Amino acid sequence: MADLDQDERMQREAIDVDRSKGDFRYEEDYAYDAGVGLDAGVVDYISRVKGEPEWVREFRHRSLGVFESMPMPTHWATDDLDNIRFQEIRYYLAKGQKPSRTWEEVPDDVKRTFERLGIPEAERKFLAGVEAQFDSEASYSRMKEELEKQGVIFCGPTEGLRDHAEVFRRWFGKVIPAGDNKFAALNSAVFSGGSFIYVPKGVKVAQPLQAYFRINAQNFGQFERTLIIADEGAEVTYMEGCTAPKFETATLHSAVVELVALKGAKIQYVTVQNWSSNVFNLVTKRGVAEEDAEVRWIDCNIGSRLTMKYPGVVLRGKRARGEVLSIALANDGQHQDTGAKMIHAADDTTSNIIAKSISVGEGRSTYRGLVHIPRTLRGCRNNTECDALLINEHSRTDTYPAISVRGRRNSVQHEASVSKVSAEQIFYMMQRGLTEGEAMSLAVNGFVNDLVKEFPMEYSVELKRLIELQMEGSVG
Amino acid sequence: MPASLEIRNLCASVGDRPILKNFSLTVPKGEVHAIMGPNGTGKSTLAKVLAGHPDYAVQSGEALVDGETILGLEPDVIARAGLFLAFQYPSEIPGVTIANFIRAALVARQAKGAPFDAKAYYAELYAKMDALKMDRKFTSRFVNEGFSGGEKKRCEILQLMMLRPRYAVLDETDSGLDIDALRIVSEGVNAMRGPDTGFLVITHYQRLLDYIVPDRVHIMWDGRIVHSGGKELALELEEKGYDWVKKELAHA
Repeated sequence: MADLDQDERMQREAIDVDRSKGDFRYEEDYAYDAGVGLDAGVVDYISRVKGEPEWVREFRHRSLGVFESMPMPTHWATDDLDNIRFQEIRYYLAKGQKPSRTWEEVPDDVKRTFERLGIPEAERKFLAGVEAQFDSEASYSRMKEELEKQGVIFCGPTEGLRDHAEVFRRWFGKVIPAGDNKFAALNSAVFSGGSFIYVPKGVKVAQPLQAYFRINAQNFGQFERTLIIADEGAEVTYMEGCTAPKFETATLHSAVVELVALKGAKIQYVTVQNWSSNVFNLVTKRGVAEEDAEVRWIDCNIGSRLTMKYPGVVLRGKRARGEVLSIALANDGQHQDTGAKMIHAADDTTSNIIAKSISVGEGRSTYRGLVHIPRTLRGCRNNTECDALLINEHSRTDTYPAISVRGRRNSVQHEASVSKVSAEQIFYMMQRGLTEGEAMSLAVNGFVNDLVKEFPMEYSVELKRLIELQMEGSVG
Repeated sequence: MPASLEIRNLCASVGDRPILKNFSLTVPKGEVHAIMGPNGTGKSTLAKVLAGHPDYAVQSGEALVDGETILGLEPDVIARAGLFLAFQYPSEIPGVTIANFIRAALVARQAKGAPFDAKAYYAELYAKMDALKMDRKFTSRFVNEGFSGGEKKRCEILQLMMLRPRYAVLDETDSGLDIDALRIVSEGVNAMRGPDTGFLVITHYQRLLDYIVPDRVHIMWDGRIVHSGGKELALELEEKGYDWVKKELAHA
């Protein structure tokens, strides 16, 4: 153990060096460490440490085989993927403790990190339950008593698969099978952390369930796994937000999120992604909506080096509804490759996609959309709008909409626009006393304004602040 | 410290084309000065140069707000130093409401982190809008987006009234206004007249000066002031036309 005073001092220095939020790191004493690199031994190690049932261990091994056999998707995506050094990544680290239930049980160093992230204790009272992930394991989780009484399960994947197998096993890996894509396979092999939620029939969770995710180790990939099941007529909103400290070597983040909205259920999943600019963020998110059910993704990508994420909804029951509202901000050195997928698989299903991207400096944003309505269906509707805003001439935006709508009994609308913040607009705002950075962030906030209104209040405030921070930093 | 907007021997250009040629003018605080002149004589350039527009290069001369130089400063610094420009062609800011825009401009003038009195702000905003006969719904419209010419100019004057600059430059505020709008906008400016504000009203036509009666009138020609006088000079100019100035210059 290092001298405590010295630790304190080092931490304070680390904070003083860079004041940007999230850009700091406390020394961690990792009780469990799977070492560097990936092979069957690492998968076994993770499964053993977690005390998993045999079927989960087998699932991990099958997934590892799939991962190893699939090529990198560089043929359609970006060559930057080739820069991921899979054998230099740590696949599992944990505090080696059970998830905490009360704030008092959370270790002091973890508490300090949360304080730096600005999660006030008062806010926690408002939140129905917090599952905050510190590295691989949920180190803090709490649920209000009334939620437990209602039969809502809110835990991590390890507890979910071990203690509530009858609830989660049926859907685990079914919405997104391991073979869906290379990174879904990787996650399926080494997943740890994330949230498993079950909301029983007819239960409407009034307050959003919230999780903070955080990477805090160099060369450490975070592979959280989330599965949310809303039973018939149930309603739930889940919010995740993340910041990550900066490191010199690239960090891989590859999550899998599966949502299941049974008949008449509603799930809303809100993300504010603010990983530091060296993180590869390669995430697979998909929901299934049964009859009269609704799945809504609200997805904001502000951070990371490369994000590839296309939240999707499979509209499997009649009159099911799917929606993706997304905002992407690509600054210097960033590529936000985002979009949405809507798979219509029943009559009278509707989907709505609104995607807004902002490219600043050398930043690049890409929209990829997939809307599929087969010939056999009738009464299906899709609306897609994608708008791009360029802040200067070096930024880049691309749109790749793939819309396959067969049959004459379905309708689809698609609109796309590209606009620029002009020098005259900036001058006009500066003449009113705003700095260049303030002027730009006002223009950007104006551009995303109508979408942000759809967000839960506390997130729209946070998002506005994040955009301001990004824009302030982007001008000399 | 001289309480004035003072411009001394200002030479400025766009690209390699000189526009302002040894331009000098002093507007004491509390006075309204009008600059008249034909198109292309440099009136709007003067407004842009004073406001620090990056497209214009200043070769020599000075511009001082109450004795402090403003040339070479960033546009936002000049604005916060107390110079306001009512634009001839105001920009549209999609998605940003008028209420939020003016609020942001006021917050930019406060000390960092100082609390903003939203209640007092809205009370004042509504009072000023009433004076300009603007509908309350206007606050939630996006800045200048889809505005008529008259609405844009009213919005400029609303900002002027809310930001209370030490000096206001009005660039062709009368262009695109019908007679009713012209009267309303002028009433707004007149309500602000007083010992704390100086005005530089740039106009092509005498019409505006029927409503905003200037203390001094200056005639601008080829990048500088060639003639100055009282308010009657505007009437004389209206009667004789700019050819009169041209001839006078030829004789000089």
